[in-house]
Amino acid sequence: MSESVPGTVPEVFAPHEAPVSPPQASEEVEFVQLLTPEGERVKHPDYSFDLDDEAIKGFYRDMVLVRRIDTEATALQRQGELGIWASLLGQEAAQIGSGRALNSKDMVFPTYREHGVAFCQGVDPLRLLGLFRGVDQGAWDPRDNNFHLYTIVIGAQTLHATGYAMGQQRDHAIGDAENGEATIAYFGDGASSQGDVNEAFIWASVFNAPVVFFCQNNQWAISEPIDRQTRIPLYQRAAGFGFPGVRVDGNDVLATYAVSQQALKRAREGSGPTLVEAYTYRMGAHTTSDDPTKYRLNEDLEHWKLKDPIARVRAYLTRSAGVDAEWFDQIDADADKIAAELRAGCLSMPDPSLTDFFDHVYVEQTAQLAEQKQQYAAYAASFEGEGH
Amino acid sequence: MAKISLGKGINMGLRAAMEADPKVVVMGEDIGKLGGVFRVTEGLQKDFGEDRVIDTPLAESGIIGTAVGLALRGYRPVCEIQFDGFVFPAYDQIINQVAKMHYRSLGKIKMPVVIRIPFGGGIGAVEHHSESPESLFAHVAGLKVVSCGDPVDAYWMIQQAIASDDPVVFFEPKRRYHEKAELDESVPPALPLHQSKVIREGTDATLFCWGPMVKTCVQAAEAAVEDGRQLEVVDLRTISPLDLPAIFASVKKTRRAVVVHEAPFTLGPGAELAARITEECFYHLEAPVLRVAGFDMPYPPSRMEEEYLPDLDRVLDVVDRVMEY
Repeated sequence: MSESVPGTVPEVFAPHEAPVSPPQASEEVEFVQLLTPEGERVKHPDYSFDLDDEAIKGFYRDMVLVRRIDTEATALQRQGELGIWASLLGQEAAQIGSGRALNSKDMVFPTYREHGVAFCQGVDPLRLLGLFRGVDQGAWDPRDNNFHLYTIVIGAQTLHATGYAMGQQRDHAIGDAENGEATIAYFGDGASSQGDVNEAFIWASVFNAPVVFFCQNNQWAISEPIDRQTRIPLYQRAAGFGFPGVRVDGNDVLATYAVSQQALKRAREGSGPTLVEAYTYRMGAHTTSDDPTKYRLNEDLEHWKLKDPIARVRAYLTRSAGVDAEWFDQIDADADKIAAELRAGCLSMPDPSLTDFFDHVYVEQTAQLAEQKQQYAAYAASFEGEGH
Repeated sequence: MAKISLGKGINMGLRAAMEADPKVVVMGEDIGKLGGVFRVTEGLQKDFGEDRVIDTPLAESGIIGTAVGLALRGYRPVCEIQFDGFVFPAYDQIINQVAKMHYRSLGKIKMPVVIRIPFGGGIGAVEHHSESPESLFAHVAGLKVVSCGDPVDAYWMIQQAIASDDPVVFFEPKRRYHEKAELDESVPPALPLHQSKVIREGTDATLFCWGPMVKTCVQAAEAAVEDGRQLEVVDLRTISPLDLPAIFASVKKTRRAVVVHEAPFTLGPGAELAARITEECFYHLEAPVLRVAGFDMPYPPSRMEEEYLPDLDRVLDVVDRVMEY
């Protein structure tokens, strides 16, 4: 490790004098890896991937479909059909590996970028677009797919996840690694600086809550690099809170699956929280409103392209599992079909009516708000028949 | 029939709610063995266990944030914020998460969370322990805001707040925790949570108040009798939503309104009351709606708080103004 460690940092220093370590080249990063960027399976002393090649083909398919959905959403934004889109490009393995490690009773608390996890949980991708098109705020029922609403205030959902996990404890839903329940909280390297995330770590630790903190360290919080958030590897923070932390190659779907599964099992059996740092890279902009050319080097991007999460699985399947080009072509065709459906669904989303939204502020509507609704409806109706 | 204090009323109400519904959990700092710094949760952990009466780490955002998660899981958390000024680390979770969850899910998620906040001054405390931030919550769509002014209301209103499927910020008048009244638990509550009550009938002007100012206003009304004035006192009980029919009915009767609160003057709840009353009762009014409030300064050091807080004399002074208009 090239990072400063506690004890080597002078006690008093002006911030600009602080020894700033450059962003790590990923060759120097120690993490759990089970499939190299070249598509070679490798062994790790603590983690192994126990599923067969059919499962790996499934992961490949998931990642391709999710990337295609993401690409289509970006295109829809560029064409004015979405107000904004937060791309997951480059983070497919982190999301599919962890998402596929979930059991049907596990609960997910996502950020606004977990399109891959949403896909694993069976959330209709069209529902994700509602938020970005501005027709609703998400508004799927979290109970339908055990997938909470996207949370935009970063880190807030880690506390929700921890509280939910405390509910699982109180319901005696843990205690068995297979049939028990766990909760997984997604967040990013930027959110790791939030008070809420640190409070969630404390809560989960002292209550031994069955929650997995899954941090996708994609190196960038909009324009701020990881060294503005931390001086030690993020996963090492877990030790200070009293639970295990592990860093995994976030672009290796076999490793993210294996590491997530072990952490989830640990939670389900009642052994408490784990912090997983999935070391990855945000290949796209923060959102479609962002311009990463202003703050990062193109050569970094080119470097990470060589570590693409999908390409390495394709290399493995081609070379070691005898999968032919026809199979890959079929996946691409399936992806295009899903993208076309997504586009059609997006364009046919009905425009929302403000009148309806008055009814959702409270469970028990207030007289004042009912009156405002009535007044607004009458006002809006007074324009009926007039052209815009 | 037993005489109980306001604090005991809340304690008994919490107990009744916990007995009635196993999903009710109480959480906060020092609420377990200690029973809370005001002893409002005294004895609850002993009887309901540590899983339902949760001593939390000292982090308010964590209290509310985990309460959100518990509510999503089907629980009905009752969170104690130790003092008014300590609620602000949790403000993000309250405003962005608790208040909006039902709305942003188009009604699919309910947030039956109660946030108990001992509020107001008059106990000689150090800073951040005497504030009245009602407006900062009443302004937020998705929250409901109430305050109890007497022990009987304390007992029933906390139970009604816990039964509410909407989030409720429950302001407890900390300097009235030891006020006593007789409670007959077998008599059902006279009012639903979001209705106001006339504490004292009058004909010349109405004093609108809640929480700690209820007692102050009743004392003022009693003193005003010596001046030949019959003041009506309305305990709002609910600040969001306002019980407008009750407010308008009283003003149309007395034709004069004074709003009394400890919260700072500018954009305090009195501003909204004045606007509403003016709009609805314009032709009934003999005088503009006047306000008695805390000053537009941070809560002062406690040796000055008696000057800062609205008291009987300041209320009567403004009553003089509203009568002489």
